[in-house]
Amino acid sequence: MPEVAHAADRRDAAWWIDRAVQILVLAGGLSAIVFIAGIFVFITREGAGFVFDRFDFREFFGSPRWTPTSSHNPTYGALALIAGTASVTGLAMLVSVPFSLGAAIYIGEFATGRVRETLKVLVELLAAIPSVVWGFIGLSIMNPLIIQVFDVPVGLNVLNAGVILGLMAAPIMTTIAEDALKAVPDTYREAAEAMGATRWQVTFKVVLPAARNGLVAATLLGVGRGFGETMAVLMASGHSINLPTSPFDSVRALTATIAAELGETAAGSDHYGALFTLGIFLFLVTFAINFAADVFVRGGQRKHRRRGRRPAASANP
Amino acid sequence: MFEATAQNRRNLKVEGLFRLLFLWMTCMLILPVALILGVLIVRGGPAISWEFLFTQPLNNMTAGGILPALVGTVWLVVVALIASVPVGVAAALYLSEYAPDNRLTRAINLAIINLAGVPSIVHALFGLGAFVIFFRFGTSILAASLTLAVMTLPVVIVATRESLQTVPLAFREACWNMGATRWQTIRKIVLPNSISGILTGVILEVSRTSGETAPIMFTGAAFFLPFLPQGVLDQTMAMSLHLFVISTQVPDVPEHMPFGVALVLISMVLAMNGISIAFRVYLRGRKKW
Repeated sequence: MPEVAHAADRRDAAWWIDRAVQILVLAGGLSAIVFIAGIFVFITREGAGFVFDRFDFREFFGSPRWTPTSSHNPTYGALALIAGTASVTGLAMLVSVPFSLGAAIYIGEFATGRVRETLKVLVELLAAIPSVVWGFIGLSIMNPLIIQVFDVPVGLNVLNAGVILGLMAAPIMTTIAEDALKAVPDTYREAAEAMGATRWQVTFKVVLPAARNGLVAATLLGVGRGFGETMAVLMASGHSINLPTSPFDSVRALTATIAAELGETAAGSDHYGALFTLGIFLFLVTFAINFAADVFVRGGQRKHRRRGRRPAASANP
Repeated sequence: MFEATAQNRRNLKVEGLFRLLFLWMTCMLILPVALILGVLIVRGGPAISWEFLFTQPLNNMTAGGILPALVGTVWLVVVALIASVPVGVAAALYLSEYAPDNRLTRAINLAIINLAGVPSIVHALFGLGAFVIFFRFGTSILAASLTLAVMTLPVVIVATRESLQTVPLAFREACWNMGATRWQTIRKIVLPNSISGILTGVILEVSRTSGETAPIMFTGAAFFLPFLPQGVLDQTMAMSLHLFVISTQVPDVPEHMPFGVALVLISMVLAMNGISIAFRVYLRGRKKW
């Protein structure tokens, strides 16, 4: 029947516009992949010279001597920088994991109505404070406070940066942990309450175990946030190369090293390449952390979908 | 029969205690920030005046105002928005309206999570390698804004996607049944019903963009430039970098100045966020379906 156009075969202007838009939005979606690949390609491109010519695996990960500006024997040991980042992030997590999870439990399981909405808004506002302002707070408020309270000569140290970073990472962890608690089906809670459990027992015996994956993901994202934080750590950690032995030692973080030194290097020099190599390392580690967090989140969702469906299925055999 | 046993009472007591503990933990996250805001207001407040906001810095930034930094931040934010909003909205449209649940979609989602999670200094390295060096934009507003745009793209995508998904599927189905194409449906039904949510996301992005420091340090923001930028290929000062510079790099800055800059910066950011949140609450109250 060639005379009758098929309904699906209308190739009018609207159809072509629809096609074009479909391709455009696909391009928009793909741009995220293009950018993340672009980040890797471009930092590798700048760092490649150093990685192939000068990079020494044992020196980079084994030596704490980072002396790129030494005229006769520059060394590129990142151990102290990694230790700096690790100590600051570790302390930050010690501070913020329990508090964030506690806050998430309070907001998600105990608070109701207006209180809950207000707390959520406040947590969201916490996340909005720029990192350079946090750094300034570390520099001008925490620094004198630490000197006074602990009677130490310098207040810019692991403790300072750790507390600042903990406060910075807390909102994202609270938000994601609360999402994970919310993802636990209410039928779980109702079942436990029907057995006579108190709210607290429901939370600890039922909700928390069920939300475990999401809570792990929240913690991982918090670690990623702390690991990659730049300005606050640069300003609050003291920025001196050290293998820290106490919270009152000044340290230097990977991110802060790049921020502080990149401006002074000549493009193409070993030092410049070494800073990009630090960037590649940071990129790979955060990529791994985010990937792991995504796997955990996904695993958690799948578990609830499967378990959530079962009672319905058995009710209608 | 229904009298509370000793066990019941003990359980309730434990519950009360834990409730208090968690409430205390929540407050411990929020209180320090309230205190800090208070300190910033008390110590930075006296620095703020029309003159401070609208004059050039003087004497190697130890006196005068912050006008070039303020104007520079506006430039950076506007150019970044022009670059990222269309791309972000397109990506969100794809993910919400077109994307099947397949590997590609999962890869896009993972890429978005990673764009948000990559350290800001790595974005700075990317901006330097890609926009400044490879595309030869030099250190300029354009390079810095594009770096910021890539970095804040996830903010737009996530907010827009959420807002698109609040439009009920029935609206779309009704439109498709009238013979409309997908794009006609999006244009006439989905976008008008979600535009305010998208705006909320854009405001949020403005707030994020104006506070970022590391990504613009090497791509277009200058320590000190006593004149206003004339175009996108100029360098510029920026509020966030200015705070870093006068609090760490310049000697003999009177104490109230960095506090003043910090107060202005944080007020801008919190005001933007506040508007975005208020807008969201208002929309939720007004929703028709």
